Amino acid sequence: MDALDVARWQFGVTTVYHFLFVPLTIGLSVLVAILQTMWHRTGNERYLKLTKFYGKLFLINFAMGVVTGIVQEFQFGMNWSDYSRFVGDVFGAPLAIEALVAFFLESTFIGLWIFGWDRLPKRAHLASIWAAAIGTNLSAYFILAANSFMQNPVGYRINADTGRAELTDFPAVLTNKVALITFPHTLAGSFLVAGSLVTAVGLWHVIRNRGSADTGAYRFATKFGSWVVLVASAAVLFTGDIQGKIMTDVQPMKMAAAEGLYTTESPASFSVLTVGSLDGSREVFAIKIPYLLSYLGTGDPNGTVHGINDLQAQYATQYGAGSYTPIIPVTYWSFRFMIAFGMAAGAIALLVLWSQRKGRTPSSKWLLRAGLAMPVLPLLANSFGWIFTEMGRQPWIVFGEMLTRNGVSRSVSLAEVLTSFAAFTLIYATLAVIEVKLLLRYAKAGVPDVSEEHPIDDTHDDAERPLAFAY
Amino acid sequence: MELTTIWFLLVAVLFTGYFILEGFDFGVGMLLPVLGRDDRERRVLINTIGPVWDGNEVWLITAGGAMFAAFPEWYATLFSGFYLPLLLILLALIARGVAFEYRHKRPEASWKRRWDAAIVVGSLLPAILWGVAFANILRGVPLDADHEYVGGLLNLLNPYALLGGATTLALFLTHGAVFIALKTTGDIRERAGALAVRLGVGAAVLAVGFLTWTLSIRSSAAAVVLAVGAALALLGGLAAARVRREGWAFTGTAVAIGLAVATLFAALFPNVLPSTLDAAGTLTATNAASTPYTLKIMTWVAVIFTPVVLAYQGWTYWVFRKRIGVANIPQH
Ligand code: HDD
Ligand code: HEM
Ligand code: HEM
Repeated sequence: MDALDVARWQFGVTTVYHFLFVPLTIGLSVLVAILQTMWHRTGNERYLKLTKFYGKLFLINFAMGVVTGIVQEFQFGMNWSDYSRFVGDVFGAPLAIEALVAFFLESTFIGLWIFGWDRLPKRAHLASIWAAAIGTNLSAYFILAANSFMQNPVGYRINADTGRAELTDFPAVLTNKVALITFPHTLAGSFLVAGSLVTAVGLWHVIRNRGSADTGAYRFATKFGSWVVLVASAAVLFTGDIQGKIMTDVQPMKMAAAEGLYTTESPASFSVLTVGSLDGSREVFAIKIPYLLSYLGTGDPNGTVHGINDLQAQYATQYGAGSYTPIIPVTYWSFRFMIAFGMAAGAIALLVLWSQRKGRTPSSKWLLRAGLAMPVLPLLANSFGWIFTEMGRQPWIVFGEMLTRNGVSRSVSLAEVLTSFAAFTLIYATLAVIEVKLLLRYAKAGVPDVSEEHPIDDTHDDAERPLAFAY
Repeated sequence: MELTTIWFLLVAVLFTGYFILEGFDFGVGMLLPVLGRDDRERRVLINTIGPVWDGNEVWLITAGGAMFAAFPEWYATLFSGFYLPLLLILLALIARGVAFEYRHKRPEASWKRRWDAAIVVGSLLPAILWGVAFANILRGVPLDADHEYVGGLLNLLNPYALLGGATTLALFLTHGAVFIALKTTGDIRERAGALAVRLGVGAAVLAVGFLTWTLSIRSSAAAVVLAVGAALALLGGLAAARVRREGWAFTGTAVAIGLAVATLFAALFPNVLPSTLDAAGTLTATNAASTPYTLKIMTWVAVIFTPVVLAYQGWTYWVFRKRIGVANIPQH
């Protein structure tokens, strides 16, 4: 094992970990903002309770997204300094803009929202959660635009003297066709997670807390969450389909690797299950749906989908000898897991809605179990989707321009990377246990009592009054 | 002015803003066990920075992003070269960020004690390490002709850099104490005010020593003026703290930290990371910079959004301008 391998593992672990919290932050910020807006519109206390309840879960999660994000911002320089030198001119810009435009917005207004319950007029307080929600969603756009440059470099040229990528067209980077589709797909995946959490927690209370005075609120939450999940499932399918076509166009090797398709086919069939030979150069056994892959990849049931062996030969002539094939079992299975886990959440949402049709109260133990699995499924789907995207790009760090092994920091020793890898893994594992326990504790505690809230009163200054919210 | 100079200035401004803002929340974090005698008092302290610490930290993230975009070589060399100190800073920031949010989420005393420790250590480490890092940037480090750091860890722990670490530590402690005095009522306010004066004397001695040493390594007319300004502002702040004029005291320590950071950048210019080996290894605002096209775009973005950010962050401080005391802390 050398420093490169450890650096790769570290990037994979820290980034997948960051992305366990990010989808919930993206989705739940909007859902909480919607709940609070409903409270404003209707004055119904039920929505206030739900706002505060899910708001608390949101904040427990948010803290983890923030602190793991700081690591992301700096680890390009720490472990991938030659990569940073190569792409900094292009890649740094969206990152800096993300911080200036999105992170400031979201961190400042989250502070205002948390502590502002009795300090801000009602409307300004509502505006704060919306500003924070917009900030988190904007941040996703800029970082995805940066990532899309690595998948499909556009708007740049290579400076022959320095050998570096230089920005020539910034609008082209921001409107990279990969970015334009990755963004809605990732948002849809995020709402799938957030909707699932809202549903699961609501359902638990509906079934376990029968007869509670707040059953109405939980029932509403369960339905609200399920609908979000259903719409998000449809969106994820729709955008994923387009993404597959763009991917076939800009990174044909990734599509071939997703399918374990070794030889070029036209029409190509979609593999439900393919077992390859050990060296990964040909298939041994496969179950297939005819024409489907051609349709997914090209939009035409008879379209040509290139196979791994042909692409490998083509790249070897184009870029010089070497392997340009990602690790097929990883791409193949992560692609399938993404789809399967995500769709499973959608299916459970349908069951949940069905169980509550015409005012029925569900009581099935099986439904409860399925409901509790719900938030985990789309989280896994998101992780596998990213693992697929990033592993499917290998051996490139910037597709067609720079190999991952050339991007690593030369001045960082194996001992140093091992130290940081061990340190991050340890602290992340510890925090994961703490955060999950806290989430469960607060999820079980249920909606808060809001009856003794004092409305904001600016007419006289009551210096002794307790803060509505305090750390 | 050249775009590279503008971006050198902007990065300097971002770090200056970062140290002024996070400087006091590091200070508050470190003083938690000193000024907070019981749980309610500690909660008062934490709540003085509760609404703003994350926004303060984003100054660092933006500074990092701006370095990446405007001076990729600087970003790459610095963070791969200062690997272990940066790792410690990141671990510290992780622990303290989570601690603010989670500390009050369970009632057990042992739970709170652990998070308090995370807040103290998580504030202390960066308060020292940022001083060590910036002193080393100014002093210069061994860079080869490829701009790769070849110095190892021990090279970073030289006496000048350690003095830098002690200086930022003392300055942030003082700044934090002054901030607490400004934002609290009652007993805590009194104790914080008295402590600020005592800490401030130490900080002043260290800061004058460090800045003098700095100017003997590298200097410019602007750097000298800024350093004198920093010293005067600190003394003014201390004088105000003595007579419990907390607003002025805070202005004094904030300006002092700002000018001290500015001194470092002014002395550094036009270098961004000097090499102690080969002059070819030195990174400058020119040879580390991105292309003019990138800098131009980034300049437009900065011109449009920086005032907006300053406006809403300023507004936040105004919204939470009231002092708080133990009476304001809810029972549960
Ligand atoms: C809950 C999450 C979720 C679900 C249910 C799906 N996806 Fe997905 N997918 C993601 C979450 C995700 C993701 C984690 O958000 C990725 C990683 C990068 C990206 O753009 O989105 C992703 C990547 C990704 C890519 C790779 C893009 C690239 O590398 O260029 C493709 C082709 C698809 N997805 C297609 C699909 C299809 C056809 C789906 C369903 C039928 C699907 N995804 C369901
Ligand atoms: C959008 C922002 C992202 C950027 C800019 C980005 C960038 C990178 C970079 C620079 C690497 C190089 C290191 C390497 O190839 O080993 C990498 C690898 C990787 N990333 Fe991403 N990434 C992003 C998002 C994600 C997310 C959200 C995940 C997972 C949830 C993820 C998972 C991975 C994995 C698993 C690897 C390791 C691949 C390998 O080394 O074989 N990435 N990414
Ligand atoms: C590898 C590339 C990435 C980098 C450099 C990065 C950087 C950061 C940073 C610095 C923070 C903390 C901000 C704060 O202090 O408030 C953060 C949090 C966050 N990031 Fe990431 N991130 C990466 C990947 C991603 C991806 C792929 C997404 C979404 C698609 C994303 C979306 C978010 C969100 C929503 C948060 C939540 C908290 C917040 O906005 O502050 N990040 N990230």
